[in-house]
Amino acid sequence: MKPLLNIKEFADAGKSQVGGKAFCLSEINRQGFSIPKTFCIPCKVFEDYLDQTHLRDRIFFEVNKKSLDQMRWEEIWDIALRIRNYFLNTSIPKNILSDLEKCISVSFENAPVAVRSSAPEEDDASSSFAGLHHSFLNISGASEIIKHVKLVWASLYSDAALLYRKELGFDIYKSQMAVIIQELIPSDRSGIFFGQNPTDANESVIESVYGLNQALVDGDIEPDRWILSRVTGKIISQTKPVRENYALPTKAGVAFKKLRKTKADKPPVNNHEIRQVWKSGRQLEDLFGRPQDVEWTIFNDQLIILQARPITSTGSSETNDKRSWYLTLHRSYENLIQLYEKIEHKLIPQMISEAQNLKEIELESLSVESLCDEIEKRQKIYDHWVKVYWADFIPFAHGIRLFGQVYNDAVIPEDPYEFMDLFENTGLKSMERNSLLEKLARMIRNDEGLKTQLERELLPESDHPFREMLSLFIDKFGDLSCATGSGSECQYGEVSIIKLLLEFAGRPAKQVISFEHDTDALKNAYLKSFPPDRRDFAIDVLRLGRESYRLRDDDNIHLGRIEAQLLEAVREGQRRLDDPLTEDKHIEILTKIPALSLTKESRSKEEKPEADTLAKEKWVSSRQIVGHPAGPGIASGRARLIKNSQDLLSFKQGEILVCMGVDPNMTFVVPLAAAVVEERGGMLIHGAIIAREYGLPCITGALNALQLIENGTQITVDGYLGIITCQTEEL
Amino acid sequence: MTDTRQKVLAQIGELLDSQRLAVLSTHKGNQPYSSLVAFSASFDSTYIYLLTPSTTRKYENLTANPKVSILVNDSRNRPDDIYNAVSVTGTGVAEVIEKSENMDMLNRYLKKHPQLKEFSNAPTSAFIRIAIQRYFMVNRFQNVVEVKVIP
Repeated sequence: MKPLLNIKEFADAGKSQVGGKAFCLSEINRQGFSIPKTFCIPCKVFEDYLDQTHLRDRIFFEVNKKSLDQMRWEEIWDIALRIRNYFLNTSIPKNILSDLEKCISVSFENAPVAVRSSAPEEDDASSSFAGLHHSFLNISGASEIIKHVKLVWASLYSDAALLYRKELGFDIYKSQMAVIIQELIPSDRSGIFFGQNPTDANESVIESVYGLNQALVDGDIEPDRWILSRVTGKIISQTKPVRENYALPTKAGVAFKKLRKTKADKPPVNNHEIRQVWKSGRQLEDLFGRPQDVEWTIFNDQLIILQARPITSTGSSETNDKRSWYLTLHRSYENLIQLYEKIEHKLIPQMISEAQNLKEIELESLSVESLCDEIEKRQKIYDHWVKVYWADFIPFAHGIRLFGQVYNDAVIPEDPYEFMDLFENTGLKSMERNSLLEKLARMIRNDEGLKTQLERELLPESDHPFREMLSLFIDKFGDLSCATGSGSECQYGEVSIIKLLLEFAGRPAKQVISFEHDTDALKNAYLKSFPPDRRDFAIDVLRLGRESYRLRDDDNIHLGRIEAQLLEAVREGQRRLDDPLTEDKHIEILTKIPALSLTKESRSKEEKPEADTLAKEKWVSSRQIVGHPAGPGIASGRARLIKNSQDLLSFKQGEILVCMGVDPNMTFVVPLAAAVVEERGGMLIHGAIIAREYGLPCITGALNALQLIENGTQITVDGYLGIITCQTEEL
Repeated sequence: MTDTRQKVLAQIGELLDSQRLAVLSTHKGNQPYSSLVAFSASFDSTYIYLLTPSTTRKYENLTANPKVSILVNDSRNRPDDIYNAVSVTGTGVAEVIEKSENMDMLNRYLKKHPQLKEFSNAPTSAFIRIAIQRYFMVNRFQNVVEVKVIP
């Protein structure tokens, strides 16, 4: 089989070789519709590449380290990132490459093309899900095209594809990928046609924008929208957006430009063209037997069909888990920039002032009724910010990933996480907090008298510099021990911070590792891997990545401070409930508040630790647990399991922090730890980030670590390999 | 017996039943030595049995130093073995036992390895019983659970 098929050869090769999208295009072409010049690299080439390079074994090894069902999105993203990097780093064997290069050069010379996925499983009626596999626009030259062919191949194992593998009927072991190479049409105007409106079966929908379709599909530009009668094509209604920008191909892929006023004032397509699109859509529906989702474009007043696939209702709306939300995390660069502005200049200042305002209210002086109102108000405020957190902050964290991808595509490093070194010294809030803790600890370290005093739980005079700095700390970062957990009953007061400070003081000062020297070289290498006219883009994406990394941490701290204010009010309520002088009628009012509805007895009952099954049995013990290496280094120490905020206060220097996930509000113990182990998986999760800042060995995704490891046992954390070894008896 | 231990031992028993051959490690004079052996296990996986000519190095080693280790795994010499294969290492003490006094066990062994019937009849073949003290089960590349058989 030839490595590059022309469109007339698609039908003979069959859908199993050219994939759904390409097969469909050849049908459309046969019916006489205009389509761009289209070629296809059949699945056979993909198969030969995987076999000859043994890449297949590496992919399956990656996918099988842990059951996919037990993985969180972050871990699946990591797998997809690693696999993508394998593709980038694995050259196509010469015998395949030379043929392919020749064919591509002959067919396209230096013309810009789109490189698109076309998997045999893709676009079946039952499994259509746009955007699972990747497409690239405006690529030219054989070697660049081939690099992007590899990226399309890699997207067979994209995070979204792995996540939706079951719904898609995607068998990781058997799935294949063909790649379409298509001449890029410099569209004047383009759009989509939806044969059947998902909300009304009697209607069709047309959306259109100026310029390339990409911006519409990605949701970056608001389109004009027409609702038509499905049967007659008559226009029922039209929605006009504010037309500002259009997308055009540039060397960097796609860019946005401002529309000229003459264009901005009128819709991209006229009624005649709308009719034409509708008619073609109907014909395609007749051809394929189902209502179609069509992407089209108009160039030199000619309607060109880019792709068509059956409409399906599967996907986002029918799953009630968070996966569909997860897919929305794939934000475009433009979208992330907007989000950044919103978070940095609007949301965070709002959160800071919100926490500050709450803090100024004197809870002790409130009547029982007002206190109840206050608790409810704070609960609402907190719930609101949790919603904002999911809607804006977490999606913004995708900036880290976007940068990672841009970095890897440009630099093709051996280590797919090399890009993270460029995040050092971004000025994380939690690092600022820890450095203030370190200053306090130093005061204790240098003042034997102060130390003895504190050990006796006595505080120095209020004008003592230590007291002043302690107040500053509490003002700035709230009370550590109370901002940590679910807050059912948290120990309160300066005493707990002092206990921790004494622990800090008992060890030599730990320096945050500085990578400044290395990162300069790394940054230069990164920038040099872009052509000069794209370096501004490279700098912008790096900046976005760093901001995303910094805010990923800071937003949690800010949210923690609002939560601390809620807990503060709840605690005041509890104090009054426990006060024997509180009248019965007030107790009745207070216990109506959900957070206070538990009696003291049931509160203490709730906190009873669940029985550990495996760990407590002397007959069975875990010798080795495997997770993902998330911070290089090796360290041994006693395991300290953190199951609630109380556990943090007894943390001793040199212990190994073992937890579900390092909550950003508990990172203050990290400098005391010898290593960090988290059940939650992922390289970019908070704990891993903080551990890296301190240069601590870190393992994430250590499944059931809290059950398998016994508190206090000696363990060794190998952050290079991701292996935890528990000390067991001699043989 | 606790549930977890029972579950892990059942998994181990399943693997031992599914495999015919194991790697036995013996040692003498500070030098370990590994041999491929046909084995069988008792119902509760506490004992492993094997036959060996009494002239072999492994026989010489284990009679001199009865502490041994034995490894059973279900790999199939394929790339996916590295994450799919399960392996169990047993450590314990080997002992030569009289064939005539342990006919039940020998018959059970020969049921698994009928081709060794004549081999077992030879006066120079020795029947070995290993009392297992610990099992180590490894799966999914590097996850290791340790089970005590004898405290």
